[in-house]
Amino acid sequence: MDEIRFNTPHEKGKIDSLASDILKSVRINAGFLLWMTFLFTLLAACLFAYIIQLRKGLGVTGLRDFTSWGMYIANFVFFVATSLCGMLISSVLGLIGYNWVKPISRIAEIIAIAFAAVAGLVIISDMGRPDRLPYVFLFGRVQSPILWDVTVVTTYFVLSMLLWFFPMIPDLAIAKDRLEGRPKFLIRAYELLSFRWMHHEVQYRILGQAVRILLILIIPTAFAIHTVTSWLFAVTPRTGWDSTIFGPYFISGAFVSGAAAVIIAMYFFRVNYKLEKYLNARVFERMGRVMILVAIVYLYFNLNEFLVPAYKLKTGDAIHLRELFTGHYAMLFWGIQLIGLVIPILLLLFRQMRKPLPMMIISLFVLCASWFKRYIIVVPPQAHPNLPVQNVPVEWMVYSPTLIETAVTVASIVLVLIIITILSKLFPVIPIWEMAEEKEDAERIIQ
Amino acid sequence: MSRDKKEEGNRSNDLDRVIENSRRDFLRKLTLAGAVTVTGGAAIYSGHRFEKAKHREGYVKVLTEDNRLVEIPVEQMRDFKPDLRMLQSRGREGIAGKRWVMVIDLSKCRNARKCVEACQSAHHLRPYEYHINTLVMQESVNTPAFFMPKPCQHCDNPPCVSVCPVDATFKRQDGIVLIDNDRCIGCRFCMAACPYSARIFHWQEPSKHEEDGNKEYDVELNVPQKKGTISKCLFSADRLREGMLPYCVSACPNGVFYFGDENEDAVTNGTTKETVRFSELIEKNGGYRLMPELGTQPRVYYLPPKNRIFEFEQGEKREYKQEKA
Repeated sequence: MDEIRFNTPHEKGKIDSLASDILKSVRINAGFLLWMTFLFTLLAACLFAYIIQLRKGLGVTGLRDFTSWGMYIANFVFFVATSLCGMLISSVLGLIGYNWVKPISRIAEIIAIAFAAVAGLVIISDMGRPDRLPYVFLFGRVQSPILWDVTVVTTYFVLSMLLWFFPMIPDLAIAKDRLEGRPKFLIRAYELLSFRWMHHEVQYRILGQAVRILLILIIPTAFAIHTVTSWLFAVTPRTGWDSTIFGPYFISGAFVSGAAAVIIAMYFFRVNYKLEKYLNARVFERMGRVMILVAIVYLYFNLNEFLVPAYKLKTGDAIHLRELFTGHYAMLFWGIQLIGLVIPILLLLFRQMRKPLPMMIISLFVLCASWFKRYIIVVPPQAHPNLPVQNVPVEWMVYSPTLIETAVTVASIVLVLIIITILSKLFPVIPIWEMAEEKEDAERIIQ
Repeated sequence: MSRDKKEEGNRSNDLDRVIENSRRDFLRKLTLAGAVTVTGGAAIYSGHRFEKAKHREGYVKVLTEDNRLVEIPVEQMRDFKPDLRMLQSRGREGIAGKRWVMVIDLSKCRNARKCVEACQSAHHLRPYEYHINTLVMQESVNTPAFFMPKPCQHCDNPPCVSVCPVDATFKRQDGIVLIDNDRCIGCRFCMAACPYSARIFHWQEPSKHEEDGNKEYDVELNVPQKKGTISKCLFSADRLREGMLPYCVSACPNGVFYFGDENEDAVTNGTTKETVRFSELIEKNGGYRLMPELGTQPRVYYLPPKNRIFEFEQGEKREYKQEKA
């Protein structure tokens, strides 16, 4: 019976100890129910705001003819950006062969799934006629970047789902007999979804191949989703968006917000799910280094994006950059660049700052700054079009988001949290079988 | 005696001949008159029959689109009203053989804003919703300010049409860029792409949505306007179909607008109704287009604000109040 993996008593014992650690959090307890009740209540309250918007039209937002894309689109860009972490952690770092990403790859996929799924809904909340959504498929024009975006975001979502689910099948098989005291439906679901997995070597070989193909496929898809999202802006002749580096600029920014989201989630699961053994200081230390790298790359693209036009000061650029550097958006702009980029890089250079708690706090700042960065990218270039804004009500001149708009945006964030909570609470967040193998390798090296 | 007889005989012969002649003449006339009567009668009769046939009880003759004369019962006769399908198909195709072009003479614009008003009333817009807006322009500190009516530029390389995901905004064969608000999903990508800020969005119910509610949607007029969709200048495509000048062009009191067909190389001034050569007008007056560096190829040309015979007066500042939803 050599062909069955995890069959020796030694291996079984290892699996047992891993499973008892990791499956401890998989339960429907009072805390979970309370948290979900809170999230759903908040969601319901915020969805009420969306119903008002549906009835009265987009006029209930602060959007008007000149700034016609605002918080929703900025939020959409942020969501797509953050969802890129799945590709960064599992594919880029995983394929290079960094084994330390194994305990966090599933966390990264969960975040990717949640943000990619809700990104699609965020776009719908920005539509004037959401009832005509099917028109995009019925009358779609392939020449429009919106079609490209719809295609690649759905593809990315599906690939992320598969990358989350495939490597979890052996875990479900391991876990299904170890779920005493959990609700019936959960055990039933585990049995169904584990597809009678029997830990056969052939199964593992096929699984390995499938996952590898997915890991490779998701790289161009992830690049595509955020490049295409950047092109929603870059294909227009509008000052501030009319940039040839928008693709890589967005991608590098996505890695920053994605890494920050993963670090925050890591810290949360480490503390709440008592997974200090797996999400240990070493993993945080490595993630800290990844964060420094991606943040420096992003800083470099920022330098290009702002310094080069600022040097030339073409008419449109001059107006736009003055608004950002010293004008209406100066506080926000410099705050984002300093608190969200420069200071985190400097802090993370110190080893003490790459410990779990400081990193989580730094990442919170980075993630918030990432959200506002998207706002700064989307909103200011519309306030000063080529021709003057005249003979319109004063409210039309300056965009400021309304309460309803903010509520709908909060709804999308709540929805992300709901998805992350369900996926991480009902299923193991750390890959059990991969960790068992990891241990095996480590032991072999030590011997 | 014998001579007398002979003479008598001759006379009677002559008389005979006369009688003979007149009879022949009579017969001929009679035949002619008969023929005329018959022909005339026949004509009248056939005319009568024709007339009678024409007024055949309960029927009416109609010339079809493919030039066939047909009869249809009167009770089936309806006033012609183009249905949505026809409005859509002809609206999307455009008027064959035309390349509409507009010339705006900035030296004549005094900000009367009659173009704006005519346009807004035709397209059921609020006072601050513009298909055409007159802007105060000043290129730099040392150059004079002037008024600039700004409709959609109906670009030949329109960025708005490129980005539309559902073919709601499109370019017609006659050069007009239209918006189909039956198709528009309200993503506002076209607004983001337009460098001339030519597009508006219905953030709330349009101003006359209640009375327009049941009207058939005419894509060439974009009425009824719809909440959550884009609207824009249409070069008054509905008026062009009727052979008339656009609303703004005819409403201008100052002779600012010329409108016409580039293929015919003729444009007509909306105020003076004078028709001039388009190429000559542009050439002699230094005509130009807005933001040529963007490569959008507008169909609206401007003549520079030179030799103005009036003072630049900004007039009193207008306040625009946003209507509550």
